[in-house]
Amino acid sequence: MKVAILGSGNIGTDLLIKILRSPYLECGVFIGRNPLSIGIKKARQLGVNTSISGIDYIQKNSDCCEIVFDATSAAAHFIHAPILKNLDKFTIDLTPAKIGEMCVPIINLDHILLFKNVNMITCGGQATLPIIYALSASGVKIQYIEIVSSIASSSAGPATRVNLDEYIHTTEQAIKSFAGISNAKAILNLNPALPCIDMQTTIFAEVKNLDINKFTKTTEEIEKKVQSYVPGYKILLNPLIENKRIIVIVQVKGQGDYLPDYAGNLDIINCAALAIAEKYAISRLNKEIQCEQS
Amino acid sequence: MRAILISDPTLRDGNHAVKHQLNANQIAKYCIAAESAGIPIVEVGHGNGIGASSLQLGIAKLTDNEILSIARTHLKKSRLGIHIIPGFATIEKDLCPAIDKGVDVVRVASHCSEADITERHIQFVRIREKIVYGVLMMAHMLSSKELLIQAVKMEAYGAEGIIFMDSAGNFLPEDVIERVKILVDHLSIPVGFHAHNNLGLAIANSLAAVEAGASILDGCARGFGAGAGNTQLEVLVGVLERKGYQTGIDFYKMLDASDIAEQELLQEIPSIKSLSIISGLAGVFSGFLQPVLRIAKEFNVDPRDIFIELGRRRIIAGQEDIIIEVASDLAKK
Repeated sequence: MKVAILGSGNIGTDLLIKILRSPYLECGVFIGRNPLSIGIKKARQLGVNTSISGIDYIQKNSDCCEIVFDATSAAAHFIHAPILKNLDKFTIDLTPAKIGEMCVPIINLDHILLFKNVNMITCGGQATLPIIYALSASGVKIQYIEIVSSIASSSAGPATRVNLDEYIHTTEQAIKSFAGISNAKAILNLNPALPCIDMQTTIFAEVKNLDINKFTKTTEEIEKKVQSYVPGYKILLNPLIENKRIIVIVQVKGQGDYLPDYAGNLDIINCAALAIAEKYAISRLNKEIQCEQS
Repeated sequence: MRAILISDPTLRDGNHAVKHQLNANQIAKYCIAAESAGIPIVEVGHGNGIGASSLQLGIAKLTDNEILSIARTHLKKSRLGIHIIPGFATIEKDLCPAIDKGVDVVRVASHCSEADITERHIQFVRIREKIVYGVLMMAHMLSSKELLIQAVKMEAYGAEGIIFMDSAGNFLPEDVIERVKILVDHLSIPVGFHAHNNLGLAIANSLAAVEAGASILDGCARGFGAGAGNTQLEVLVGVLERKGYQTGIDFYKMLDASDIAEQELLQEIPSIKSLSIISGLAGVFSGFLQPVLRIAKEFNVDPRDIFIELGRRRIIAGQEDIIIEVASDLAKK
């Protein structure tokens, strides 16, 4: 199935390389705005059709894709979303615009195909929501969640930096919604250390009725499930209780597709987006087969 | 002689020393004393600024809203200041409500190499027509030229002054002089300096900064701050007076304010203990002292080893969660 990628920054370019590997997807067009962008050059080298006319390209060449990944910025997605809706494209939004239905593949992948605009939340959301889901699944009553992500400075491009507030609001909203709580906090640190640090996220939780053994066992199962679509996902520090808080630390190593493997933040959101796009493509394919048979 | 603008973060940085537990009465009393002494800017809030109360950094006793209400009531001539770090606090949740509450001066801070995350916050303060400064924290982690590049960005966003912070108390006077000079030479806005006293150099470094051309200095009453503390404000004011700089602060009343701080705010007077020397030399944020002490005890490891490892990994302010990971690793060895 053909896809288009809007946005030729770090996220878009990393996503492109992942799509080129997918047996179900092909990149119809890779779209930026700046002809000199490194992402556009990279795409050309890879023999991918590119454009620098932004969303206009999709409007003028509507048959270039069935799925659109938006890897621009929250502000740009507010403009893109209605246009893509009119064009009836299955839209996977990688910005923190939070217009669409929020998705974490291990939590609600099946249900998400009912929607036309899917929001990927944030890298911090994709890294922590599986653990928060494990916490809920282990039977505790969650009162408060806080997540702290540290990413390498060089993995945060200009759009990410300008979108820090949206990152925080979107991540917090997703945590509140998935955990069913009224109060959550998200924090993001950009660390410039060299060699670059791997993406790492700490989950703090205040809960009632905790069975730490059961929770630890559930996180191990969840870790394996996430690894099925994010190979570099790892629990770095098993659940422990410190200063009356539960703490779990996860690390995400990337696959080194575009940026080196420290940029797990790009990898996890793109892997999740890819899992959704493939699921969508497969479900469509199955429908077509059923139609032909009947 | 030149005028030096004093900004007093006693009620903000000092909060680190008491695990962010300053109460309403303490804030009111110090604000009254600071107002009476004519301190130009009084900064209040959680140790890491507004919006920073968290499990990661410590839950503050009072909300930002409560702290700002009390301070606003008691500060008339003195300007009410806040510290804000993008990544912890957002415009919508934290900055906008604080300005609505009557904040006069906003200091938008980032780790020294990450100035571009401050762009929107600085611009927002300009739109709201309040005074805005750019703050570069942990400045020892960049060379003077690299620091200049970041300061130039903040100036372009609209900052009306740049303060660089020796958040680890790592600088020697020559390090401060080199940085102040290059910033003063290339920026068209005032340059300021914020010292920590881990190596016993906070006053010396602050004096070196003004002699090199800085015109904004931070200091806390009795040095109230994490670990070895900050520049001791009443000493700084006395030294600046003796050197002929003007601060506009009534020196006797400043001394009174520092006595009030000692009686009302401080649990102990900051002194340079062994761990603060280690953290200063290792270049680790001074605010890590309390959590490192607690976690070292829980994991039964040497807190000095934790500081050395945090320094080796170039952990920055705000990454307090990594202390647990490091301690857990050390405990396994």
